[in-house]
Amino acid sequence: MEEEFTRGEGRPRLLDLIPNGRDWGSYAAAEEKKLELRLGLPGGEDWSAGQEKREHPVESALSLDHISKVRKSTNVNASSGTKRGFLVQVEPKTEGILIDNMTFQQQQLQQQQLGFLQLQAKGKESLQKTSGSAEQQSLEGKGCGPHAAHASSTKNAAVAHTASQSRAAATPVVGWPPVRSFRMNLAGTAKASAESHNGSSEAAKKLENDRKSLFVKINMDGIPIGRKVDLKAYDSYDKLSLAVDELFRGLMAAQVDPLAPSILKNSEEKHVLIGLLDGSGEYTLVYEDDEGDRMLVGDVPWDMFVSMAKRLRVLKSSDLSASSLRAVGRKRTSNS
Amino acid sequence: MPESETFLTSRRDRNAVSLVCRSWYRAEAQTRRELFIGNCYAVSPRRAIDRFRCVRSLVLKGKPRFADFGLVPIGWGAHFSPWASAMAAGYSWLEKICLKRMSVTDDDLSLLALSFPFFKGLTLICCDGFSTAGLAVFAEKCRHLRLLDLIEDYFEEEEYEVVDWISKFPETTTSLETLGFDCLPSAVNFEALEALIARSPALRQLRVNHHVTVDQLRRLMVRAPQLTHLGTGSFRSPEEGEGMEHEAPLVSAFAASRSLVSLSGFREVASQFLPAIYPVCSNITFLNFSFAEITAEELKPVIRHCHNLQNFWVLDTVRDEGLQAVAATCKDLRELRVFPLDATEESEGFVSDVGLTAISEGCRKLQSILYFCQQMTNKAVLTMSKNCQELVVFRLCIMARHLPDHHTGEPMDEGFGAIVMNCKKLTRLAVSGLLTDKAFGYIGKYGKSIRTLSVAFAGNSDMGLRYVLEGCPKLQKLEIRDSPFGDPALLSGIHHYYNMRFLWMSSCKLSHRGCEDVAQRLPRLVVEVIRDRPEAEDEAVEKLYMYRSLVGRRNDAPPFVKIL
Repeated sequence: MEEEFTRGEGRPRLLDLIPNGRDWGSYAAAEEKKLELRLGLPGGEDWSAGQEKREHPVESALSLDHISKVRKSTNVNASSGTKRGFLVQVEPKTEGILIDNMTFQQQQLQQQQLGFLQLQAKGKESLQKTSGSAEQQSLEGKGCGPHAAHASSTKNAAVAHTASQSRAAATPVVGWPPVRSFRMNLAGTAKASAESHNGSSEAAKKLENDRKSLFVKINMDGIPIGRKVDLKAYDSYDKLSLAVDELFRGLMAAQVDPLAPSILKNSEEKHVLIGLLDGSGEYTLVYEDDEGDRMLVGDVPWDMFVSMAKRLRVLKSSDLSASSLRAVGRKRTSNS
Repeated sequence: MPESETFLTSRRDRNAVSLVCRSWYRAEAQTRRELFIGNCYAVSPRRAIDRFRCVRSLVLKGKPRFADFGLVPIGWGAHFSPWASAMAAGYSWLEKICLKRMSVTDDDLSLLALSFPFFKGLTLICCDGFSTAGLAVFAEKCRHLRLLDLIEDYFEEEEYEVVDWISKFPETTTSLETLGFDCLPSAVNFEALEALIARSPALRQLRVNHHVTVDQLRRLMVRAPQLTHLGTGSFRSPEEGEGMEHEAPLVSAFAASRSLVSLSGFREVASQFLPAIYPVCSNITFLNFSFAEITAEELKPVIRHCHNLQNFWVLDTVRDEGLQAVAATCKDLRELRVFPLDATEESEGFVSDVGLTAISEGCRKLQSILYFCQQMTNKAVLTMSKNCQELVVFRLCIMARHLPDHHTGEPMDEGFGAIVMNCKKLTRLAVSGLLTDKAFGYIGKYGKSIRTLSVAFAGNSDMGLRYVLEGCPKLQKLEIRDSPFGDPALLSGIHHYYNMRFLWMSSCKLSHRGCEDVAQRLPRLVVEVIRDRPEAEDEAVEKLYMYRSLVGRRNDAPPFVKIL
């Protein structure tokens, strides 16, 4: 049995992750009283919370780097142990809660392990009641692996809680406690809270964008509503130009005739944006790079353009002039 | 019969009537003015429009509620566009739309404004996908608008993309009765706003965002002394530590607002301005302090005046002591929501079982409670179950997962058991803390009126879920996360799923096989398996969302959604 983190004071072991080489799965069959898992709240008979408190009044919660150390160096007895995640319990700071309440501790540990690691310990009993078929068993057994892997991957398995008010630095769980993003970070500025998205979904979205697509905003003169185009969806300027034409055709028709259905598919080809790239048409396509400068689309190789363009605009060709392009760019960067 | 049908307003009554016979079905369909669709994927736009031809008002809900907490990946669905297009073609008489958790684009807003000449009111709750550009077009084109209410919507604009939409309202006298934008992250053009208020004599409800300072608020209030509902913005002055010169004028402004019954905002409240609201406190029935970081000491002088308060939302910074003050004064309280300042598991708990007990003893008429805390006892919950017999909604969130009774160390089973046993009118329940299957046994046995149940990090085994599915005949909405319920439990609800609006289960113990089993046996049920990680192809089901539908699988499901 590993003896990690003995603090040199002869205190009970903090972390006995895997009981005596027993397979994790069969732990479920272990009786309550035989809890050998001692994780700061040893459920064993030779420990009392009161004593613990007296000897180590400044007991602090296990920190996460202790945990990670354990992860790496723990010689996991059960081969499936690493995948299960593990339970870390925190020393209670509040007095008197757990003194002389062994039943609670044992029960609590059991509850938490069962609930938390999503093992089927108690469930197994009820399964036997409902149907002890081999299929059920194998389903449960199968469920163990992926669910445990899932458990560790969702970072739920890192920390369990006791009745105490001290907590380890818990790896946060997505969406818990269940408050909407407006209410997160209330201690900060209201602006921060109003603007912050649900962290995970925003992050996920950004990830999504990096991987597969590159959406940039595109606005057209005279049309209040901007759109977005995915530059990675095209491989040449001509295709982009065609896409831009399709994008705005419907909107332009709607501008003229407000009662025409503004969904683009069936609009008549009255306004076709041609000559976007060569200055010959009524409109010209320009882009803004990361410095805010406006450039004509089409000057650089396509791949270079994709990496540089942050925004697109469809301007009236008559409004264009070399000086106006640069001026707008300067103005923007000076504001930012 | 058909004549009196026009007077039936309750959709449940109307649903019943439409089942009687064909002619009643037709008559009902033609006279239904308000269409409520609780799940946008349960029916197609075409079908809804074909049946109900004369709808004036539509309520449409999209994503499952857990989307609010980041559990539903971006792009899942609930797009309003197909509905917008279908209605633009089918309904000319549409006047009001209320959307909740839908993705609404700027194009949609434009389409609405252009397609419905009689359009009067738009309410968007927890929606996303649109921007101030869309609002600008909407404001400009919707000439008879009476209501625009943006409630907790998500905006993604960069600062330089923000459009001055307030300036786009018609320049003549408007018909505006309600204008709410307290969730808007960007500042609006204040001069334009003030001018808009000045030419909107019908305005009764105004909710501004946190960019509006207390002095600006005063100017608006002076223009609209007839307001009944006011969202006060930041409720601070822009100058740090100053602003005393604003205090007296602010008091006058409130004193002149004799019709105020609802106050919200207070986003960055400077407590020096709180006394300004004293003149209206005794008339207030709804007070939303849920963004106001105030202490018990700051709350007491305010709440002392609020004898008629019925709905109170507050931050837990007021502590148990603050709640005791509420209990002492607000004898008519019907709804209480206590939100956490620091919504993390490690946060210091400011309210506890003490506050809950005090409320239960003082506010006997309580119907709805949402309570976030870091410690709770069965005894306090039991006390509430006995004192507050009118409870319809009981949502307790003990923020630390699996936390037992703070005094006894026992699971919270008995407390929640008492709630379902004693509160006969209970229809909505959210549970938390350390809970065994026993708690679910109670819910199944006594929760006969429960329609909505939220479960998180609870239960021991499949029995827990089985108790509920077998015991709660009225159950319509069930959302579960991180609880050890597996396929057998899922299958035990087969007899009931057609009666439900939806079932959500995430991070439970479901496998593909179990879900497929359900999908096979219930062809009218859409069974969606949602993956967070596209690569993961294992048997385990991360997220299950299933719902009854008349139109089968949807055609807009993104790649990470697999419909079985």
